[in-house]
Amino acid sequence: MRDILKPALLVGPLLLFLAAAYVVPFLGVLSWSFTLPEPGLHNYANALTDELILSVFLRTFRICLFVTVFAVIAAYAIALVWVRGTPAQRLAAEVCILIPFWISVLTRAFGWVALLSNRGLINTWLTQLGVISEPLTLVRNEFGVILGMTHFLVPFAVFPIASAMRSLDERVLLAARGMGASRARTFWQVFLPMTAPGVLGAAIIVFVFSLGFFITPAILGGGRSVMAAELIYLRIFQSPNWGLGAAISVLMMVVVGLLLGLLMRYARPKSMLS
Amino acid sequence: MQIAKQAAELTAQGIGRTYGDFHALDDISLTIGRGEFLTLLGPSGSGKTTFLMILAGFDRPTSGTLFKDGADVTRLPAEKRAFGMVFQGYALFPHMSVEKNIAFPLQIQGQSGTQIQSRVDDMIDRVGLRGHEKKRPADLSGGQQQRVALARALVFGPSVLLLDEPFSALDKNLRGSMQDEVRRLHQETGTTFVFVTHDQSEALALSTRVAIFNQGKLQQVASPRDIYERPANRFVAEFLGDINILPLAGAAMNGNGAVARCGEQQIRIASAAGAPTAHLAIRPEHMALSTERPAAGNVLPVTIEAVTYLGPMTRFAARVDAGPSLVLETPTHATTPNLVPGSHAWVSWKEEQGYFL
Ligand SMILES: Nc1ncnc2c1ncn2[C@@H]1O[C@H](COP(=O)(O)OP(=O)(O)O)[C@@H](O)[C@H]1O
Ligand SMILES: [Mg+2]
Repeated sequence: MRDILKPALLVGPLLLFLAAAYVVPFLGVLSWSFTLPEPGLHNYANALTDELILSVFLRTFRICLFVTVFAVIAAYAIALVWVRGTPAQRLAAEVCILIPFWISVLTRAFGWVALLSNRGLINTWLTQLGVISEPLTLVRNEFGVILGMTHFLVPFAVFPIASAMRSLDERVLLAARGMGASRARTFWQVFLPMTAPGVLGAAIIVFVFSLGFFITPAILGGGRSVMAAELIYLRIFQSPNWGLGAAISVLMMVVVGLLLGLLMRYARPKSMLS
Repeated sequence: MQIAKQAAELTAQGIGRTYGDFHALDDISLTIGRGEFLTLLGPSGSGKTTFLMILAGFDRPTSGTLFKDGADVTRLPAEKRAFGMVFQGYALFPHMSVEKNIAFPLQIQGQSGTQIQSRVDDMIDRVGLRGHEKKRPADLSGGQQQRVALARALVFGPSVLLLDEPFSALDKNLRGSMQDEVRRLHQETGTTFVFVTHDQSEALALSTRVAIFNQGKLQQVASPRDIYERPANRFVAEFLGDINILPLAGAAMNGNGAVARCGEQQIRIASAAGAPTAHLAIRPEHMALSTERPAAGNVLPVTIEAVTYLGPMTRFAARVDAGPSLVLETPTHATTPNLVPGSHAWVSWKEEQGYFL
């Protein structure tokens, strides 16, 4: 009995903090969605029928899907160098992974604007080199948003993948090579499947994280490719329609919950946790 | 049925492997015969795995040459050697079923589906895994995983099978039955086996020859009986179980044998014991203990220091008066009850059972 109580006492304050910081506000938002401006389900009816809102949802999922795929592929390559490269390569990878954490998300978004805008570095160079005559539209569209978000999220995806690669038993790879398997075959048939749980974990982190992105799409989308978080912000602080904003928030939470539930169920959670 | 296409002969010539200034292997020369079961035995860190990795082609020696059937293969990569290998910790593919694990090397060789199926089936029967084909390694016991590793390493008929401490994670009973299994697979396949262990009884039980390693150096290569009964040096003698070492004075050849003094007593040593030195070695089980002075053989007076009951055997610690402490093991049924700590007794042994070290 005491063995059970002791950890509960230690963890207790943390649980209280989480309740105060997440559960209570969420319950507040939940109640707004059903009561503002008057009680009823009208906010949900609006959110699920308004074409603008639905198109924002659709765009959000499309962008997040692309970001997840690109970020995970890039992170896999970086993790591979970080875990299995020569000492110099490892150091370089480590610097690439850690430096982004020291630069604020705002700085990075504006950095991309400076590179990608019509009078930005890339368009200026390409024009001067005579490759293009009209500037390319690289920003204030979905391309810019996907690029900026991918760039932001890659380091977060590196960690679960790298940890899966680190925990892999080197002898299993030697075994495959010893049986005559080429490097490529060892990678595709042994290394990649064995690190798949890390890839899945990284994909979940990136996808869920990207659904709530606000600053990067606001700056790099330039108001033209509004994502869900920005829409919620607009509904609450600008229109202001708190009830509708709250309903959209709740719908996003439900979607994230369903996605996580599906993944846990069908993607062998046992191997994900181990 | 012989499933090996052909058992290979391996010859190491002056193989060395250094890490910086550290000699992990130092000048190893050794021939492993066709179809032999050679065990590499030595304490942890003595270079056994390093030597096995060089045989397998996963590591390159920093000096020396390795020959396979007379051809220099020192620089040949592992995937071209196609030796079977059972790793410490099994190294099974965790995401593949038992069947797929065993089929993997055959698929790499590009064999046809039906051929693969029949060889995998045959191998599953041989190692007694029928009924477990579809399971993943994580769902198998340690002994079963070991069998998968053996099957996967033998299924393609390798000319050499290398095993790195395959049984170190198994409990004692399972270890015994896996030893029988490996011995049977060696006889059935006729392949050359190179087996690494730090367990001396395992080495003696399984091998046609044993190679003893210590600190990167090869100490002795010989049959289990010769290794145990005629160790080349003190390290080998002490590594293979308890041994009593008596200091001798005035050892000299005398007729067909040698004589020496140990304390007050005259000792006779048979001619097979080698050239006279200052130390005589005798295994504990070759010494007898009695309360009366025996009439025959070499005898020394001792004081009993400790008695330990081990079931079939009883173990004594006894000190030679003004001399070294000895360890003896005698069958319990033949032990007199008045041999208690503090009592005086006589140890004796036959003159052909001691040898010079
Ligand atoms: N990659 C390495 N770098 C440095 N030292 C090593 C390396 N691999 C092995 N050694 C050293 O070589 C010695 C022999 O190791 P090993 O062959 O694994 O011993 P064993 O298998 O007999 O226990 C050990 O002292 C070990 O520390
Ligand atoms: Mg070892």
